[in-house]
Amino acid sequence: MGTDLPTYDVAVVGAGPAGLAAAVGAAEAGLDVVLIDAGRLPGGQYWRHDEHSRPPRHQHGRLFTRLRARLRHQRHLGRLHYLPGHQVWLIDRPRPDSGPFTLRLNGPYETAPVERDLVRAGALVLCCGAYDRQLPVPGWELPGVMAAGGVQALLKGHRAVAGRRAVVAGTGPFLLPVATGLAQAGVRVLAVCEANPAHGWLRHLDGAVRAPAKSAEAVRYAALLARHRIPYRTRTTVTEILGEDRVRAVRLDGGEVLEADLVALGWGFTPALELPLMVGAATRRDLDGSLVVAVDARQRTTVPDVLAAGETAGVGGAALAVAEGRLAALSLAAAHGLPVDPRAVRRLRTAIRHGRAFAAALHRTYPVPDGWTERLTERTVVCRCEEVTYGELCRARTELGAEDPRTMKLLARPGMGWCQGRICGFAVAAVTASLTGRPATAEDLRPLSARPFAAPVTLGELAELGDDADEES
Amino acid sequence: MTRGGIDSTQQDFSKHQDFSTHQDLPKTADLVVVGAGVVGAAAAWFATLAGLRVVVVDRGAIAGGTSGAGEGNVLVSDKEPGPELELARYSRQVWGEDLGPYGERWEFERKGGLVVASTPAALGALRTLAERQRARGVVVREVSGAELPALEPRLTREAAGGALYPQDAQVQPMLAAAHLLRLARQRGAVVRTGTEVVGFLGPGGRTGSPATSRGGRTGAPAPAGRADAGAPGGRDAGAPGGRDAGAPVTGVRTPHGTVSAPAVLNAAGTWAGAVAGLAGVELPVLPRRGFVLVTEPLPPATVRHKVYAADYVDAVASSDAELQASPVVEGTGGGTVLIGSTRERVGFDRRPSPAAVRALARGAIGLFPMLASVRAMRVYAGFRPYCPDHLPVIGPDPRAPGLWHACGHEGAGIGLAAGTGKLIAQALTGEATDLDLTPFAPERFEEGGADESRGE
Repeated sequence: MGTDLPTYDVAVVGAGPAGLAAAVGAAEAGLDVVLIDAGRLPGGQYWRHDEHSRPPRHQHGRLFTRLRARLRHQRHLGRLHYLPGHQVWLIDRPRPDSGPFTLRLNGPYETAPVERDLVRAGALVLCCGAYDRQLPVPGWELPGVMAAGGVQALLKGHRAVAGRRAVVAGTGPFLLPVATGLAQAGVRVLAVCEANPAHGWLRHLDGAVRAPAKSAEAVRYAALLARHRIPYRTRTTVTEILGEDRVRAVRLDGGEVLEADLVALGWGFTPALELPLMVGAATRRDLDGSLVVAVDARQRTTVPDVLAAGETAGVGGAALAVAEGRLAALSLAAAHGLPVDPRAVRRLRTAIRHGRAFAAALHRTYPVPDGWTERLTERTVVCRCEEVTYGELCRARTELGAEDPRTMKLLARPGMGWCQGRICGFAVAAVTASLTGRPATAEDLRPLSARPFAAPVTLGELAELGDDADEES
Repeated sequence: MTRGGIDSTQQDFSKHQDFSTHQDLPKTADLVVVGAGVVGAAAAWFATLAGLRVVVVDRGAIAGGTSGAGEGNVLVSDKEPGPELELARYSRQVWGEDLGPYGERWEFERKGGLVVASTPAALGALRTLAERQRARGVVVREVSGAELPALEPRLTREAAGGALYPQDAQVQPMLAAAHLLRLARQRGAVVRTGTEVVGFLGPGGRTGSPATSRGGRTGAPAPAGRADAGAPGGRDAGAPGGRDAGAPVTGVRTPHGTVSAPAVLNAAGTWAGAVAGLAGVELPVLPRRGFVLVTEPLPPATVRHKVYAADYVDAVASSDAELQASPVVEGTGGGTVLIGSTRERVGFDRRPSPAAVRALARGAIGLFPMLASVRAMRVYAGFRPYCPDHLPVIGPDPRAPGLWHACGHEGAGIGLAAGTGKLIAQALTGEATDLDLTPFAPERFEEGGADESRGE
């Protein structure tokens, strides 16, 4: 079966800002590219839209429409094979450190058959995006409590809302589009609760860096909040979510209670690292506390022929992701001996440096507040899939000796359920570290970020694993 | 060895609360257990129960090695008549009786094993084995092909027949290790994770008995002569204070201090050979990789027994380096179904192998066709420590007096742990052991065929 399959020069995983830029750039430079994406339409989470709506006008919307046009053009020329509705569940490299990678694919939608279940490529650009970073709080498992990114995805992709009176809480600038998006969909937004003081993030920027686009965006959101009469409350945290069968109200740290039927919680994002960790790429703990892939000045990971761009290499937004994707494409082109304009490389490096500095300023302004674990009670659920409470984690530590997240997982089962730690991984690492009286490290985060299968796969699919499985010797 | 007093023990050790605190490592003990896996934990529990002051050290975490990467098999069904079957039967009894009161803590379940033969020939071989096992006291009932659906409704209808082993059971191995250590700690044992044994105390630190060891002082720590294979004792042999091949072991050295003890138990699992090497003795314990595949949660009783194909028995007794996969399928309390187990001798390579995963999936679907549409959630690898003759090593090492071993249990370590721990405690306290330990003697590889069968 395998031998007549083409081997692409590069497989780009993810068609968000970074992946689109990397795939289009690599194809334009002359490489044979396959672009694999779980979504039906290009754009990723950031530029998520449905067939009936235009992609968002703001948020670098023009950047997106231009990339989409270039994607069409490269597909038309036959240089770029685009596989929407495909997800990668396993990557292996039969001959370590050389030779092509084998990517196993299946479909996220059970109804649609996939065009390919196996792809081979000489190099990888991993642009896998990020998940909502979620922090447990008493009552967060009640229906009506959602991750901010999940609320946004529903608004963008399905134009649906799940409530009438909403509180948006957490930290970071992402709370603003969620709140204004809800308001524009007719939801009464009672408050945006920003845990941090949140003023003066410009002070964290060094003088050389300016971000006029971002400043303009902030002004625009401030105007939108005012128009919809949404109070923006800084240094305010939701400490408890009240309700029996579903959310009824939230309690704020001042004791005030707001009655709401929808709570959107946003604590930033944490990259999806299944594929980078599967191929053995080194990771590090970023300024925002999340585990990210370590890349060099050419977007290369520590694994030969594996590059990473976008949130995978550190959460920093769409413009930075596009620059990183482009640079990854140029790195690959240069590695293939194709001509690369050194000025373009310099421009991209400057843009990336500025983008990273800006992201760093945001991370410093909107950190996950210290001491959030102190709000957890004995009965607060930390892992929702396996219904593991904070009390159970405490006992696993004191009675059974679970002093690192891997042992915690084995002895108390957090992260063992359906989501395999995607929701609770960051929290379990932080809780375990705090129980043993130390800050969470990259070593704490890694065991709950690695997953042997990057996407659900049936035993039937595993049983039919292709012939490459025989070529291991 | 005489027993220490339990009362004074609790007084002395109660302050040692935290696992990974590197302060307050006790200076002396009656027994140091190297390895906080299920075997070390069982030995620590029974030794503590027998009145010994026990210190458990592990360079990693609780159940961080093979104990945390298995299925929790407590099987008698997969053993040929011989010393391992005797140990398995004994250990099954210890799990059920001595440790029975705590069984809920580690999800002990008497679910029974169902061995399925796909062809009449395989069924014939299974019947012959069952007959020989029965003669050794194993409870086994022959099951016709027609009876199988009543026992396992989801099982393939293609099977020729099988054998039901009601004594086969299951535990959650990480919880078993952790709770045995918790119980031992409650009686005064000290457990220290993140504490690697980097050498043994030599003859200078020798103390005559627990009574003197309590007040005795440790001699000059001996540098650890790491024995090269084939040259036990290495370059330090005979040097003053160095580790001689025959030198007694009187305690352990760790980066956080020394513990002097008249007995040190090597329960380091796959790494037991390296620990033995620190004492200048050779112990041929090798890693064999096994994968376990875990499904999404399924409705209760989808799979009721530990179900495996009859060819499993052959794979366990094999020294073949090739991948061997015989499906072992079983449900868990959480609803997930575990599918083991491949066995490959590939050193310590933990990366998922597509060939192994495919073999597991095929085998499982062969037994339970409905699993084809069930989703896999994860797969994990563990390294089963095995010896050339596929028997564990249990007992004192005459080549290094004071050094004891409880290791090399291969893929059966969870099941064999309880019995091993109790036997070790009996031997340490000078009691007659319930089983003869001669077949498990550490020095058995010294003469004769051991070296040949080890050659690869």
